[in-house]
Amino acid sequence: MSITSMVTDPERLTLTATAEYDVTAERAWQLWDDPRQLERWWGPPAYPATVVDHDLRAGGKVTYFMTGPSGDQPRGVWDVDEVVAPRRLVVRHGFADDSGEPVNPALTARIQVDIADREGGGVVVTITNSFGSIEAMEQLMAMQMEEGLRGAMSQIDDILAA
Amino acid sequence: MVVDQFSDAEVDRVFHALADATRRDLVRRSVTGEHSVSDLARRYPMSVTAVQKHVAVLEEAGLVEKRRHGREQRVVGRPDVLRRAQQLLDELQQLWHGRLDRIGELLDEDPQGGTS
Repeated sequence: MSITSMVTDPERLTLTATAEYDVTAERAWQLWDDPRQLERWWGPPAYPATVVDHDLRAGGKVTYFMTGPSGDQPRGVWDVDEVVAPRRLVVRHGFADDSGEPVNPALTARIQVDIADREGGGVVVTITNSFGSIEAMEQLMAMQMEEGLRGAMSQIDDILAA
Repeated sequence: MVVDQFSDAEVDRVFHALADATRRDLVRRSVTGEHSVSDLARRYPMSVTAVQKHVAVLEEAGLVEKRRHGREQRVVGRPDVLRRAQQLLDELQQLWHGRLDRIGELLDEDPQGGTS
């Protein structure tokens, strides 16, 4: 288990997750920088993600869709605000319509990724999610949580089948 | 009352109310106990009137309510509103738990990487 902390703050509407991995910062950066690698971890097993556009520069966009068990394909978009390879990425994440435009730009969540070297090797990855309002959180959660729960369920199924 | 959904206007009020450090502190205090405005005012380097204004903003957002105790009005927190926020964050936490685990598996499998 590499997750070292998860801190939620309901007053500020933030979630900060920290994990440690035994790789270099450059290797960890590929998780975001390479769309094929991003696809392997962004969507839960029951909702695999397919990245469509991937322009990881300040002002650029990353768009993707996920494919659910019933064939539903929710679309998402990142509006990229800050890129400091291989250390920092800041995006506004929202759900998108078929043309890749955010459904409601006011309801995006800010995701900040920081990759720091760990003493003695490896990296500490810190991910901070912040929401402007409870409604923004409601919307993103409504669209993502079902996937999250199904993902968790399928993992439990895998364990039971093993 | 259980808060399931917020209207746009309610959301704006909650967010505005929580955007201030003094008001966040007032929420924390009023969730754990009932206090009169004058009690609360003693804890901050500001006038009773200033604290009253902060309480009014929180009341407007539904985060606290006032209860009469004899001649005194006490401020009481509404934890259900904060609880809804906490519940949503817990769900988000599960989602990121899954993502960070998958990242770990991917990096174990392919520690050197190389952009495809």
